[in-house]
Formats: sequence, C-alpha cells, structure tokens
Amino acid sequence: MNVYGIRAIYKFEMARMWRTLMQSVLSPVISTSLYFVVFGSAIGSRMGDIDGVSYGAFIIPGLVMLSLLMQSISNASFGIYMPKFSGTIYEVLSAPVSFVEVVIGYVGAAATKSTILGLIILLTARLFVDYSVDHPIWMFLFLVLTAITFSLFGFIIGIWADTFEKLQIVPLMIVTPLVFLGGTFYSISMLPPIWQTITLFNPVVYLISGFRWAFYGISDVNVLLCAGMTFLFMVICLAIIAMIFKTGYRLRS
Amino acid sequence: MHPDISVTNLYKTYASGHQALKDINLEIRRGEIFALLGPNGAGKTTLISIICGIVNHTSGTVLADGHNIASDYRAARARIGLVPQELNTDAFETVWDTVSFSRGLFGKAPNPAHIEKVLKSLSLWDKRDSRIMALSGGMKRRVMIAKALSHEPQILFLDEPTAGVDVELRRDMWELVRRLRESGVTIILTTHYIEEAEEMADRIGVISQGQLILVEDKHTLMRKLGKKELRLHLQAPLESVPESLSDLQLELSEDGTELVYTFDTSEERTGIATLLRRLAEQGVDFKDLRTRESSLEEIFVNLVKAKV
Repeated sequence: MNVYGIRAIYKFEMARMWRTLMQSVLSPVISTSLYFVVFGSAIGSRMGDIDGVSYGAFIIPGLVMLSLLMQSISNASFGIYMPKFSGTIYEVLSAPVSFVEVVIGYVGAAATKSTILGLIILLTARLFVDYSVDHPIWMFLFLVLTAITFSLFGFIIGIWADTFEKLQIVPLMIVTPLVFLGGTFYSISMLPPIWQTITLFNPVVYLISGFRWAFYGISDVNVLLCAGMTFLFMVICLAIIAMIFKTGYRLRS
Repeated sequence: MHPDISVTNLYKTYASGHQALKDINLEIRRGEIFALLGPNGAGKTTLISIICGIVNHTSGTVLADGHNIASDYRAARARIGLVPQELNTDAFETVWDTVSFSRGLFGKAPNPAHIEKVLKSLSLWDKRDSRIMALSGGMKRRVMIAKALSHEPQILFLDEPTAGVDVELRRDMWELVRRLRESGVTIILTTHYIEEAEEMADRIGVISQGQLILVEDKHTLMRKLGKKELRLHLQAPLESVPESLSDLQLELSEDGTELVYTFDTSEERTGIATLLRRLAEQGVDFKDLRTRESSLEEIFVNLVKAKV
C-alpha cells in the first residue's frame, strides 16, 4: 500500500480546509446557528415537546445532519473536481496509487473535515439550546459513518460533474429537499399514514432517526435498520467508485 | 540489459472512433535522450500519456523497466516522471508544498534534502515559499519539472518542455536535461523545435498520423537522409544553367548569381570534382563557394510530406 501517497493527498486536502477556513467552517456554523436561533430559541419556545424532547433540542440532530451531508458532499466533490478542472489530475492518474488509496486520501480528508464541522456545530448549538447525548459513542459513530458515506457520494458527483453547475445541482436540488423532508423539523409519526410510508423511501430519514436515537433514545425507525441503511448506501457508493476507476469513466480516455 | 521502455503492437482508438496510434513498436534504451517528433495531432502526447497511465490503450503491451504498465502499474509508474505539455499547476499551494506532495504521491518517504537539491537545480529555491499563482509562466514550467523530478524517476518524459519559454529558460532546460542524462536518467522528449532534438537527442523517432515512421540514431539519420548543398557565387550572373551542364544536379538562384549543386552525403562520390572540372571547361568562373548541410528540420519536413 502506498501510505505516503495517501498521506500526500490527505494532507493536501486538509491544507485546503485551513486555507478556506471561513468558507468551510465558519459559514456553515453561522447558517446552522441561525436555524437554532429561529427554530430553537424563538419559535421553538412556543412549540410543544415531541416525544418528551423540547422542540429546540429535537431539531439538533437533523440540523447537524443537514450540515454534515452538505459539507461532506461539497468537500469531496470539490476535492476531486478541482484537479480535473485545473488539469492537475494527470499527476494522480500517473502516480503509483490504487483507486482505494486515492479514495482513502480524498474521502478521508473530506469526512474528517465534515466530522470536525459537525462537532463544532454541536458545540455551538449548546450556546442556544439545552440538549443531552444518551449514547455518545453511537452518536460519534453515526457522525463518522454518515460523513464517510456522503463524502463517497460527493466524490462520485465530483467525478461525474463537468461543470461547476453540475457540482452544485445535486446538493441543492436533491439533498436539501431530502433532508428537510427526512424528519429534521418533525417526527415522521406526525405525518398522515400514506406520507409516513412514502417517507421511508427517503434514505435521509434513517440517518436522522439513527442520529436522533443516539441523542435522546427516541427514533422513528429501528436504530439497527438506520445503521444498516447507512452502511448499505456506503457500499453502493464504494461499488460505483470501483466501477468508475475500472472503466476510467470521466478520468481516463 | 532490457530497454527502459518497450512498446509492442500498441494501438489506441478513442471513443469517438479516432485511431490515434497504429501498431507502435518502440524500444528506448537506458540513459539515452530520445526525441519524438511529429506534427500536431500525430499521436505524440497520446503515446506518452499511455505509457504514463493517463490514457488507456486499446491493445498492445507497454513495459517500463520490464514492468507492465497495466498489470504491474505500481512498479512501472514509480519509475516514471512526467512533465506534461500544459501548465497544469495548483494555484494556492507553495512551491515547496506542491513538490513535496508529488514526492509523497509517488510513494517516496519525505526527503527535504532532495527537494532542496531539485529546487536549487531549477533556480526555484528563492521561490520555495511563494504560491504558484504568483509565479510567471516560465517559473511554473520549472515547478512542473521539479514535481516530476521530486521522486527521483529513472525515466523522464518531457512533453514539449520548452514550448513558449524564453531563450534563457530553454538553455537552462537543455543543461538540466544533459545533467540528468549524465546521472543515468532516460529522457524522452517531444518537441516542435527541431533544433532542440538536433541539439540534444541521441536518437529520433518520427511519428505521423499515429504511426511511427522512423526511429534512427540522430547522426545516422542526418547522414542518411541529409542533403548537402554546394553554392558557387559566380563572377558574372547567368540567365540559365548552361545546356552543356544540364546533366548535373544544378540550379540557378533567382538573381542568377549563384549556382547550387545538391548532392547526397552518404554517396561515396559526391561529384564535386567533376562539377568543378566541367565548370572550368565551360569557362564559368566563380569567386566564392560554400557548402551547407540540410538541417534535421528539412529532413523531418520531407519525411512527413512523403508520408502524407
């Protein structure tokens, strides 16, 4: 295994994060804090508890997931799109690194960044809303697993995209609606039965439910099913990436 | 000793249907400077890109130092350094970081002393902490070379290394290439500047329309295909070549002041003695004479023309 190669890619990507600290950390922290202020403190104080949890605390796992998903996708997609755009990808393609090593480097860095960000957002939330974490280890595992899975997804988008527009379109047009309709702001048991069934086809429901269980011990869906679905999505992403590297899709002509 | 690069029956057809390479067979010896010449779109960059792993080949075999570039790609690629034609660099990284990144990517442990040596040899040491975007085009070109040399490759590909660089940098690069060759590095370069190949290469390959039409030792090539001209500056201008000399390979310059005799350098008898004797017999006097050998450029143009 080319450990130096993985380290080089990882270090390079992490350096990009420190260079763009305002964009990659501060901006998502500020926008999520606004949600906490508006929905948690202001509106939340007038809303009833959900499953015994105050509304402000109830929305925290969903909002952390929203940032985690968006940042994982954006970090990983940008990380691999930029070398394609600038032409520096030639170096990665001509280097003695396997696709697994390339993925560990890029996706590992993207997942690290979004995990750090998720933890920062959690700490920030504490300034506005009181909350507890019943299962901290599970919470952290869900955080990391989701970060890795959606960084893999972002990596695929970065390879597929050949314009900046395409890079933005999936997070904005698909992921954001899925997160908002995936139980960030409500428990899916509050929906009419038909919508409850439809909602189960939204993969984000499982992420948010599992994550919320780690906080408050309540979940819309069985927690093992949540972990299994997240894991399944990760395996699908890995299989797609393996195919991409095998065929050279959008990388090698 | 096996060749450093061995290409056998290599074909490349792009998805568009364009056949970029047709049955390329080529061996590049260790420690030589090999120049690949060819017009635009001939397939030079495709060939280099396949050997370096950037483009997939359709069929055929490529070995780098005996390692198959497909089945044993790690060993093959670790031996190769590539300086591509385009100035594809990062923008925000420092020179030191980007060169160190390349070394790591190619699986080598950090070695600040080597990076320092490379940067100094390319006059980049003073710029080591500069961001790449702040550098001039020529400096960026040097950074590309430094990146390729960062992992101490045994084989170095230079794709149009001096395209668009100033005279000083071109000379520096020639000097660097010579030093690298002295240290045992095999160098393969493509170039539009035929004087570059003439100046530096040991052997020359000419590629045209995806086919390797010739591979030859440079001196042999110039001797075999080169023509020599003898130009006689006449005492008095002529209106045409005298009828009695029409059996000789003679041409008259436009202003009638020079007779030009073309002969083959590889022939044992050049015919110069006969020419001079017959000129004297015909009373054609000349006040000066000079000879000129055809350049590699002329040889190249003739070769490619003949192919078309």
